[in-house]
Amino acid sequence: MQLIYELSVPGRRGLKLPASDVPAAVALPEALLRKEQADLAEVSELDLVRHFTNLSRRNFSVDTNFYPLGSCTMKYNAKVLENAATLFAPFHPMTALLPGGVDFCQGTLGMLYDLGQLLADITGMDEVTTQPLAGAHGEMTGILLVSAYHAARGNKAKKKYVVVPDSSHGTNPASAAIAGYEIITVPTASYGDMDLELFKAAMTDEVAAVMMTCPNTLGLFNPHIKEISDIAHSHDALMYYDGANLNAIMGKVKPGDVGFDVIHVNLHKTFGTPHGGGGPGSGPVGVKKSLIPFLPQPRIVMDDDGKLLLETTNKGSIGRTANFFGNFGVMAKAYAYIIMLGREGLIQVSEQAVLNANYIKEKLKPYYDLPYDMTCMHECVFSASKQLEHGVHAIDIAKFLIDKGYHPPTVYFPMIVKEAIMIEPTETESKAAMDAFIAVMIEAAQTAISNPQALHDAPLTMPISRLDETKAAREQNVCCSG
Amino acid sequence: MNDSHYCPHTPEEIAEMLSAIGVADVEELFAPIPAELRAKTFNLPAGMSEFETFSRMQAIAADNTQGMTNFIGGGFYDHIIPAVVDHLSGRSEFYTAYTPYQPECSQGTLQALFEYQTAICRLTGLDVSNASLYDGGSACAEAAMMALRVTGRNKIVVDGCVSPFSRQVLKTYLFNLDVEVIEIAPQKGQLDRAALAALLDDSVAAVLVQNPNFFGTVEDFTALADQVHGVGALLIGSVYPIALGMLKSPGEVGIDIAVGDGQSLGNPLSFGGPSFGFIAARKKLIRNMPGRIVGETVDRNGKRGFVLTLQAREQHIKRHKATSNICSNQGLCALRGLIFLSSVGKEGLVNLAGLNRDKAEYAKAQLTALPGVSVLQSAATFNEFTLYLPKNAIAVVALLLDKGIAAGVPLGDYYDGAENCLVVTVTEKRTKKEIDLLVKELEVALCN
Amino acid sequence: MSMYFSKEHEWVRVEGGVGTVGISDHAAHELGDITFVELPKIGAVVKQFAVLGSIESVKAASDIFAPLSGKVVKVNDALELAPEAVNESAESAGWMAEIEIADEAELKNLMTQAQYDDYLKTL
Repeated sequence: MQLIYELSVPGRRGLKLPASDVPAAVALPEALLRKEQADLAEVSELDLVRHFTNLSRRNFSVDTNFYPLGSCTMKYNAKVLENAATLFAPFHPMTALLPGGVDFCQGTLGMLYDLGQLLADITGMDEVTTQPLAGAHGEMTGILLVSAYHAARGNKAKKKYVVVPDSSHGTNPASAAIAGYEIITVPTASYGDMDLELFKAAMTDEVAAVMMTCPNTLGLFNPHIKEISDIAHSHDALMYYDGANLNAIMGKVKPGDVGFDVIHVNLHKTFGTPHGGGGPGSGPVGVKKSLIPFLPQPRIVMDDDGKLLLETTNKGSIGRTANFFGNFGVMAKAYAYIIMLGREGLIQVSEQAVLNANYIKEKLKPYYDLPYDMTCMHECVFSASKQLEHGVHAIDIAKFLIDKGYHPPTVYFPMIVKEAIMIEPTETESKAAMDAFIAVMIEAAQTAISNPQALHDAPLTMPISRLDETKAAREQNVCCSG
Repeated sequence: MNDSHYCPHTPEEIAEMLSAIGVADVEELFAPIPAELRAKTFNLPAGMSEFETFSRMQAIAADNTQGMTNFIGGGFYDHIIPAVVDHLSGRSEFYTAYTPYQPECSQGTLQALFEYQTAICRLTGLDVSNASLYDGGSACAEAAMMALRVTGRNKIVVDGCVSPFSRQVLKTYLFNLDVEVIEIAPQKGQLDRAALAALLDDSVAAVLVQNPNFFGTVEDFTALADQVHGVGALLIGSVYPIALGMLKSPGEVGIDIAVGDGQSLGNPLSFGGPSFGFIAARKKLIRNMPGRIVGETVDRNGKRGFVLTLQAREQHIKRHKATSNICSNQGLCALRGLIFLSSVGKEGLVNLAGLNRDKAEYAKAQLTALPGVSVLQSAATFNEFTLYLPKNAIAVVALLLDKGIAAGVPLGDYYDGAENCLVVTVTEKRTKKEIDLLVKELEVALCN
Repeated sequence: MSMYFSKEHEWVRVEGGVGTVGISDHAAHELGDITFVELPKIGAVVKQFAVLGSIESVKAASDIFAPLSGKVVKVNDALELAPEAVNESAESAGWMAEIEIADEAELKNLMTQAQYDDYLKTL
């Protein structure tokens, strides 16, 4: 397809601007002005509409394809949530920060406060800040809260390390490193989670926090989680919960009850807001009482009369992690999702997410190596090691699935599983959809034996075949030069 | 009973699946969670229908004051949004996809992001852009961290005229690192260049400025860029994309890393988000850029296609050594930005910028004709300017809010001794009639 | 001239007090198509087995460790424009840096070609 810039015709206009009702201003001095206009597209509205409509048709999406991308929770995004978010489009965030401005924003501030309360109940935390703009942003915020906690206790210099299991999301060590910590990585044991003995050996009083995903990226619930948490606390280290996999456990177990002190929640995973082709997400952070004094500002608080106020002058706060109150539009969708599903609905979400993952796991087990063969939670991780004997890699199976109309599962993650294929069906997929997917996965396994070349050649039905990623990385053409 | 109508299974299907797994009921699947750890309470309210949910959301929205006339900015701006932006970004093939890890079935998102990166490069006059960051504040922080990596130094100098929100975000990002952040107090709404010159030496990694700045002042930082480069530091400029239809581009100024908030490009105010942060830089800095980058390449048949590239910089590969921890970005908001810029177009952006400045200059002239009211800065401004009022701006703003006018952002909360200062923003959406009403109501408020 | 290898798959060839350093053919093959080599700065002083630079392919990134302590006196600038040289000839044209060796006794911590070949069989 052509680029929008290749459709451009000098002088063509796509939008009529309002006519001016004021006199033209005297021009700014030459030295302040741009010499060359930005060479933006010049297209008609119809050209523009056709271009982007046709581009959209070159995407797989939840609305068009089964999308079992492990770790990403690609569930159906209810349409009413989109409608709900548009209700808040006209509200300027600065209004709330003006003198007396909160009086004009009780609805939006109230919704954020309520969302915090609901998330606190779901996760077993005492207070939630809605400021972080994505999961990794929540992780960084959470680790900065941990560092403020240690600093307030006079332990800033002593606390140097953050412990993560080797199966963790890459964001965990990256967020902790950005927040100023060195990383200790603990290997996974044969039972599919962080090796308890190696963990004990790694723990010292210099550890600031332990970051865990539970269930972990293998889709397994760590039976030793309470013990891990107790050991961490005995060293005055705080427990950080990566909420990426919260979809598995709502109503079943609360991270706060297990000993976690700080948690981020991915609203775009668990709470039904769309992923937007990469974002926006939203990553509210929940904390136990001990961390409340350090929460970002402005902090939304309720007075005795139920009026929402903004706390902006707490000197102990870590400051601000976003310009305003977080990704409000995303939070409006998540809030609508939670109140619509309610208590029983969210429990059912987790139950059926776990049911679906186990169903796929059992059905595919005869065909693919399952390195950790046990009851999984919301996702299961296979290895393409059997197929590798025929020269077929996980990526080849992924490309075969594309030809069959399926978005591939996550491949090559977690890194601890060779040729990993990580499948997360989510609760919104029907049995029929999963049966069809299972049949195609079996076909892929059979084709790996009978005709491996067919897998190497895939995909053949897309607008393009496999791309030369080495060329892209070496040449770095990241902007159209024409 | 089916409480979540988004869970499609019938009881018969559930029974079939349980039997295939070999368990008696769903509860058995949760057996790996030790009994003593199970949730003792779960106090969420009961669910409701789609209709009731939407009504509840309408009631919440109705609890905010509607129809406020905005003369406030502070980083978010009340601009027109062409209808095509909602319709095209509302294609669910875009918004229900995820990060384009599998390029063959994600060319829609990938090509759009490549076109977005191109738009940002052309707007800023720089060589490379990523596929978006979270917002303007975090973009400032990411740029500063980039400069720390590139130079190997540990001092950031920040103009106090940069948005106080962005400065606070920057400080929060850096507070646990061994980095010194030095702020220069503003001088009449402008960078104190003498103070900066005194601070510049070879320990400085970067200088962060904003144009137009929080006071609305437009400055020429061309000479500053030379000074900053002279000590081997980088110049980071936070810019307002609508103003780039008129003002000297960061590339022309000599800025090394340009950042900003993309809200004004087709994203609604939405009580502060989602918007997107943009970042553009000179080519030699590309390996130190944070976040995802889309690159052009060819397929097996030599056909043009797009992929995520330079991924070895990112957290999912490099883990704690990554250039940033960012994973999810604000891709859909960046797509809205691209559609906005492509709809407004090359000439249109110039006209839009002109319209903003014309309206603001009209408002400035009318407001400064009021007794005792003057402008703080004699320097040039774009669509925001700072008034110096004969009384405390905080009280004045409160009075006007009751009349449905958000008259401006009082600076007293953000700068010492600025109690009488008010930053007024006038976008193309404000009519002459609305501006005249602001002037009239301000006059009344000042007489009280 | 004999080559010595580290467990992290770097090689060093010693001549007149200077060691030429690179990564082994095995490591280059494992990484796949190399897209970038981050070279050390000339004049940098490194300790044996400390990070000397890094190397990236499309889907992986790894550190390069100094096989011997010493001072970097020369780097292979050609790799900046043509990192594929490492794939093509990792143990000759794909060299990365020359180090003025601080202590040749450290060679005892490295493997000979024969020992390295045996080591590869154990992986």
